[in-house]
Amino acid sequence: MSDYKLTFDNVTKTFGRRLIFKDINCSFTNGNVYGFSGRNGSGKSTLIKIAASILSPTKGKVVHLSEEKKIIPEKLHHYLGFVSPYLVLYDEFTAEENLYHLTKIRGIKYNKERSNFLLDEFELYNRRNDYLKGYSSGMKQRMKFIFALLHNPKILFLDEPTSNLDNAGKEKVYEIIDEVGKSKLVIVASNEESDLALCSEILDIESFKGNGE
Amino acid sequence: MNVLAIFKKDWESELRTRYAINALAMFILVTISVILFSIGQEKVSEHLTGGLFWVVIFFSAMSGLSRAFVSEEERGTTLTLQLIAAPSTVYFGKLLFNLVLVFIMNIAIVVLYFLLFESFVIVNLSLFFLALLLGSIGIAISSTLIAAIISKANTKGTLYPVLSFPILLPLILTLMELTKFAMDGDTISDSYAELMVLVSYDVIMATAGFMLFDFIWKD
Repeated sequence: MSDYKLTFDNVTKTFGRRLIFKDINCSFTNGNVYGFSGRNGSGKSTLIKIAASILSPTKGKVVHLSEEKKIIPEKLHHYLGFVSPYLVLYDEFTAEENLYHLTKIRGIKYNKERSNFLLDEFELYNRRNDYLKGYSSGMKQRMKFIFALLHNPKILFLDEPTSNLDNAGKEKVYEIIDEVGKSKLVIVASNEESDLALCSEILDIESFKGNGE
Repeated sequence: MNVLAIFKKDWESELRTRYAINALAMFILVTISVILFSIGQEKVSEHLTGGLFWVVIFFSAMSGLSRAFVSEEERGTTLTLQLIAAPSTVYFGKLLFNLVLVFIMNIAIVVLYFLLFESFVIVNLSLFFLALLLGSIGIAISSTLIAAIISKANTKGTLYPVLSFPILLPLILTLMELTKFAMDGDTISDSYAELMVLVSYDVIMATAGFMLFDFIWKD
């Protein structure tokens, strides 16, 4: 089992004068599923974006370590998988074309076998040659999971992972979280109790709002 | 390789959606038609035709080259690219896409100009095509960087030509000068200083774009 560690060191984020959270200090290691909780607008998505280096913190730093070596931000995309409601894939491409192009842009070889396996797992194999613009929101959410898992990432960020999914889709996601969480690092940001039920530790963002909030 | 992958994705997407190609083609046709109608039977000087040639190129570039980043932002796919590629890869991939578009656009404009404007007579073709090559590179580099900046703004349509004008002005003025030299039959060595201005512009803008893109792309 390869080592992966994510550390928040005094992470603070403000938008203008509005404080989102401050002084978050904690570490996350592989082989665990962690949760970020908090009410709507509390900053769960902001924190998960900061953790994935999509956003910069106002203060503090985020450190990703793989095998005790620091990962530079330019290489981080090789290690992480990301699913969120605001992630959008290309509507003008089919499911298979999306996976092909996105894998090539990532700079790795397209593994058709794994792609077909994941398409089958998420029950999209028969629709793999259909354009994404014809997909329902639930099917698009399933595609996001395939996109996130295709390169076998060491860390998986899941922001509201079960949004738009039916019960069968939710069960599949919980199965994936459970399976991936055994060896990799999984971070789930959600309000749903059932989403957070698999987490070994939960970080409540409300407790990092400071005295003024 | 990743740069080529971004180019390939953009090119295939463009062939399906035709966002930029249609805008460029329509703009070229409309502007050249307007110039032809306004000239009518008048005898126009060669140098004025040369100047109008770059006006058509400038405004055509403004109509289609912002799509590289604006379409990603409008569709919400910017985050997807941020998750799978380093900023420099995205920058050079988009630059390559815009370079190809600019070359196609400029070749179409040159062909139409040679066919439709009698007074568009170039004596030194090698100087003209060298200027066109360096100018196209400069336009593509600047347009890519400006497109990345304005894609985050609310008023993308108006901001693009407004922001591009001061940045592209030194380039367009030099290109107009070189076109005049090519029409007068001056040699490449006679125009060395102007050509060096173009080379410097391209290198400076490419370096600035590469260094600034990280800040534009994130947050």
